[in-house]
Amino acid sequence: MITFIIRRLLASVLMLVIVSMVTFAIFFLVPRLVGATPETIATRYVGRTATAETVKDVASKLGFYDPFIVQYGRFLKGVVAGADYSTGPSVEYCAPPCFGYSFLTQRPVWPEILDRFPVTFSLAIGAALIWLLSGVAVGVLSALRKGSLFDRAAMGVALAGVSLPIFWTGLMSLVIFSYGLHITAPGGSYVPINVNPGQWAYSLLLPWITLALLFAAGYARLTRAGMLETMNEDYIRTARAKGLRERVVVTKHGLRGALTPIVTIFGLDLGLLLGGAVLTETAFSLPGLGRYAIQAITDNDLPKVMGVTMVAAFFVVMANLIVDVLYAVVDPRVRLG
Amino acid sequence: MSFLEVKDLRIHFPTDDGLVKSVDGLSFSLERGKTLGIVGESGSGKSVTSLGILGLHKGGNARIGGEIWLDGEELVGASAEHVRGLRGKKMAMIFQDPLSAMHPYYTVGDQIIEAYRIHHDVTKKVARKHAIDMLARVGIPQPDRRVDDYPHQFSGGMRQRAMIAMALSCDPELLIADEPTTALDVTVQAQILDLMRDLQREFNSALIIITHDLGVVAELSDDILVMYAGKCVEYGTAQDIFYRPEHPYTWGLLGSMPRLDREPTERLLPIKGSPPSLINVPPGCAFHPRCPYLDRTDGKGDTVVPELVPTERGHLVRCHMPAEERRSLWENEIKPALETQ
Amino acid sequence: MKKSTIATAAVSAALALGLAACGGPTQTQTGGTGQQTGGQAAAQDAFNAANSGKVFNPSTKKGGTLKFANSGDWDSLDPANTYYGYAWNFGRLYYRTLTVYKTAPGAEGNEVVPDLAESLGKPSDGGKTYTYTLKQGLKFEDGTPITSKDVAYGVMRSFDKETFPNGPTYLNDLLDWPKDYKGPYKTPDMDVSSAIETPDDRTIVFHFKQPFASVDYLMQMSPTAPVPKAKDTGTKYREHVISSGPYMFEGEAPAGKNFALVRNPHWDPATDPNRPALPDRIEVSVNVEANDLDNRLINGDIHIDIAGSGMQPASLSKVLTDPALKARTDNPTLSRLWYVSIPTTVKPLDNIECRKAVMYAADLTGYQTAYGGPVNGGDIATNLLPPTIPGHKKIELYQTPGYKGDVEKAKQHLQACGQPNGFETNIAYRAERPKEKATAESLQQSLARVGIKLTLKPYPQGEYFAQYAGNPKFVRENNIGLAVNGWGSDWNDGYGFLQQIVDSRVIRETGGSSNISVRIPDVDKLLDQAASETDAAKREAIWSQIDQRVMEEAVVLPGVWAKSLLMRGKGLTNVFISDSQQMYDYVALGVAQP
Ligand SMILES: Nc1ncnc2c1ncn2[C@@H]1O[C@H](COP(=O)(O)OP(=O)(O)O)[C@@H](O)[C@H]1O
Ligand code: SF4
Ligand SMILES: [Mg+2]
Repeated sequence: MITFIIRRLLASVLMLVIVSMVTFAIFFLVPRLVGATPETIATRYVGRTATAETVKDVASKLGFYDPFIVQYGRFLKGVVAGADYSTGPSVEYCAPPCFGYSFLTQRPVWPEILDRFPVTFSLAIGAALIWLLSGVAVGVLSALRKGSLFDRAAMGVALAGVSLPIFWTGLMSLVIFSYGLHITAPGGSYVPINVNPGQWAYSLLLPWITLALLFAAGYARLTRAGMLETMNEDYIRTARAKGLRERVVVTKHGLRGALTPIVTIFGLDLGLLLGGAVLTETAFSLPGLGRYAIQAITDNDLPKVMGVTMVAAFFVVMANLIVDVLYAVVDPRVRLG
Repeated sequence: MSFLEVKDLRIHFPTDDGLVKSVDGLSFSLERGKTLGIVGESGSGKSVTSLGILGLHKGGNARIGGEIWLDGEELVGASAEHVRGLRGKKMAMIFQDPLSAMHPYYTVGDQIIEAYRIHHDVTKKVARKHAIDMLARVGIPQPDRRVDDYPHQFSGGMRQRAMIAMALSCDPELLIADEPTTALDVTVQAQILDLMRDLQREFNSALIIITHDLGVVAELSDDILVMYAGKCVEYGTAQDIFYRPEHPYTWGLLGSMPRLDREPTERLLPIKGSPPSLINVPPGCAFHPRCPYLDRTDGKGDTVVPELVPTERGHLVRCHMPAEERRSLWENEIKPALETQ
Repeated sequence: MKKSTIATAAVSAALALGLAACGGPTQTQTGGTGQQTGGQAAAQDAFNAANSGKVFNPSTKKGGTLKFANSGDWDSLDPANTYYGYAWNFGRLYYRTLTVYKTAPGAEGNEVVPDLAESLGKPSDGGKTYTYTLKQGLKFEDGTPITSKDVAYGVMRSFDKETFPNGPTYLNDLLDWPKDYKGPYKTPDMDVSSAIETPDDRTIVFHFKQPFASVDYLMQMSPTAPVPKAKDTGTKYREHVISSGPYMFEGEAPAGKNFALVRNPHWDPATDPNRPALPDRIEVSVNVEANDLDNRLINGDIHIDIAGSGMQPASLSKVLTDPALKARTDNPTLSRLWYVSIPTTVKPLDNIECRKAVMYAADLTGYQTAYGGPVNGGDIATNLLPPTIPGHKKIELYQTPGYKGDVEKAKQHLQACGQPNGFETNIAYRAERPKEKATAESLQQSLARVGIKLTLKPYPQGEYFAQYAGNPKFVRENNIGLAVNGWGSDWNDGYGFLQQIVDSRVIRETGGSSNISVRIPDVDKLLDQAASETDAAKREAIWSQIDQRVMEEAVVLPGVWAKSLLMRGKGLTNVFISDSQQMYDYVALGVAQP
């Protein structure tokens, strides 16, 4: 198990390096291939009446004249060893992992990411708990009452939940619940949990539910299918034959048996979301990593793009690793080696 | 009244295709310390019967009729919750395939501990001690270590021993073993059967062994009930069934018994065809499409359902053939054929 | 206590004067110092109630929280590093500049008046030197006095475009900076007296390379906001700009975060007749999803969409069809022109007759439709200078019936050009902009009527000027006969509007200029002449003359003078649009008290 984890960790680091190289290459090489010069790239990061000289200055400040390898090397060095940057009147040290300074705000990217991460984390974890609990609960009930009105209604809602775009459901739910009924917070009213836990939950309630609805549907279907299968297993009969109460049979034996795919998908979904719930954050104007990523891409702000890409990739890679380990925990028949 | 009395048990399942009469008017009885073998081909309703006794069809879609008396208590009409309380404690069951019958995600020990603690208000530690004792009792080596293994880490025979340990953990008065050896290879089968016999003597419980293989019950059973298409076709002492069987289906079963001196695939007097669907049970004698002696029943074989009637020695047979003819067939044709071959 | 009462009265009086001076029908009835109604009940919602010189719900009542929301984020809150009109409009709440646009509705708001300075700039040395004297009693939020050195320092640091790449560069280009000057961070010891002098704490002198007339306009731009050198943190200064205005930042305001402004206790209203400073507190949400922002505005959850660029398409249909909602909107004209450049370097458009054929053939109603019609899009433009810019005159050289184009006239000019059957060329536009695509398609249709065949050429907007339509070599080599374009004024006068789009000297062979097609020597001369003309009326006449010349050469096909649809949030008081801001004047706003 330990060797397995170490081996996977090394592979993850390699994976992250590859992701960083590809992202870097896309942003640096592709424009060059279609004929952009350091100056034309730099024009994006200056005001609209900037002179040619200003453009050159900015291009050289941003290091655009250096070869690709040098630029990439500088990026890696910053991540590992940190870097110095000039604020104008003074020089500041950007501690590792330093993903560079935004081309536009000229501020180090890492603190901004750290700043936004709690938003995404709050959103993702809250929504994940809701969708996991509600999705699994609905799935179990549907499976136990297969073909009933509840089952059919739940699966109908589940289908709608999966197919409706969150952007639309987000805006609609805001209009209805926040602006119409005034029972939830308006968009963009995020309050950090350490400032006011009550407000934190209040501000995230609607985003949680909206995002959870999207996923809960899938989990309900997955759970239902899994439960229909496990509840027919011989070991369920054994559990009943022992004299266990039906509730225990369903949860401890049935659900436990259906859990493996749910845990797997849950880990991957959560990992993906932790890198930024782009659409939900946008719909609800939440200042999380997803919004940050969109902003970074719209602004063509490479250091930001690198930063969020690496963070997102990190979570995906970690999620995969954790899921693999969890898989062995959940199913003792799986041996990691 | 006997310790276990089953009277006219009917278990029917309504399905989209029609009503499945898995058990249709079954009666038998069993005393403490005695063993009943229920024998029949696959699909004859043996498992449904055993699950019915345990009350495991309650709450499902089954229609259950008749009576089951266990130690003076009627179970068909009893509440599901009451019967649940008896399950595992008063009556327990050993299933056919111990690999699929044990939960793959819990250790063998945990599953025995769970069974014990449902009915005994003890700490986990005490229950664990008990589980180790039980494993030791069913002959698992190093039980204090193996108790933490998962089922997949056990061999087939060991798993069945563990299942037995789990079933016996609460010292049940009625033990039902549904094809306890079918999934095991022959040498292991014998060990398990020996174990069950020893344990039954030790615990003095009533034991029902369900099997499609008469050989399995030959040495263990006091009584044997032969089932076909949800009904009892012959019911008597082991002596009666082995030495004086009177039903053509029982003869067929005897003829298909695997023996140690033959390859298991070799069958002496195979029964042609396959068991009928329990939705459309053949009219008259349910066995008639497969019976070589249909022509000896005065045309009643495919029209009138035969009654279960006592022979002159007292065991029960369901066949239209005249009793003398059955006996002479057995003595003059079937028995010699089985012996010589 | 006593002092502040006097101060309030002074502001109220000043405001009342200001309002009375505009002579609109609404404000003469209300807005007097005596009747501080708070206004909510008095105001009647009506379409354009805060537009064209009118004040909606006038009030002098202080208090309350004014809520802004931004669907994006500032390029920077640092006065040295921002290039958004709304940022300059809003910035006046927390910084003051040497001069400022008068806080007044309509055309009167176009007037530049002294702010930190006692009076407008005093020219000398033939218009090459301007001297300003600061008022007395000016203080930063920490109570330290504001001196001319702080203003000079603000201008000097804004010179450093490596550190502040976004800000305007006019002062970089126009002042007589020493050679090799790199700003106060990299060349701290360099003597800049050739450009700026501060002989004493209240006097600041600017030296220009050439005589320049619009200096007072330049001095209202954000780089003249005073910055205390001791508190300057360079790129980090944006997180807490030291206030010189009526409001200051409550804590830090890092990029991407919501922030709030509170009253600056050291701001003295007696020095500042332009800022009524009605709300007690100002809250700003950033990165609010644009459609949600409109919903919140409609609903009353926020007061102002700070970008001031108009509502989202999804909201427009809802708002314009609901009379109650429409009554809360205003439809101002912007100092922005959507147009098509006609480069003279591409055959056969090097021939003026062929260019005139294009002018006549174009169906401008199609252009207007492409931009969303008269309310969302704007008015059909006949020449360059928008009506909001002083000196604007309507010039109709290529009049066609109903602006739908004149096929006959166009054909005559094609004949004269030697292309009687028309010709083929390409039209460039920014791929990400559906309105520009619709424009190109509309022109493709209307020009086809006379045989001019256009091929659509979408290019990425990020490099549109640097590599494609704004790159002369690319234009020549790829036969870009027409290029869809647009321009909004940096500040509201002829120079601010025209210089970047008609001065041939801003065109660079390496690309990057907004001027794609105008290379007229006498226009360059006229620009220089106007730049040094100190008489405003004469100057404005020259702007129109330039406009006329560009139209005569037929190198620009004007399309639409843009308009926007703005919504007044619920409970706003003292709302008006000034020509200088072309959106609500953020300094004037107040909120009704419940
Ligand atoms: N829950 C059920 N619903 C419908 N049919 C059932 C159900 N359980 C068992 N059966 C049917 O009852 C018949 C007897 O089954 P079973 O008792 O398992 O046979 P066996 O004698 O092999 O143990 C089979 O045909 C089976 O399909
Ligand atoms: S009744 Fe007839 S058909 Fe049935 S078993 Fe007896 S002989 Fe065979
Ligand atoms: Mg069975």
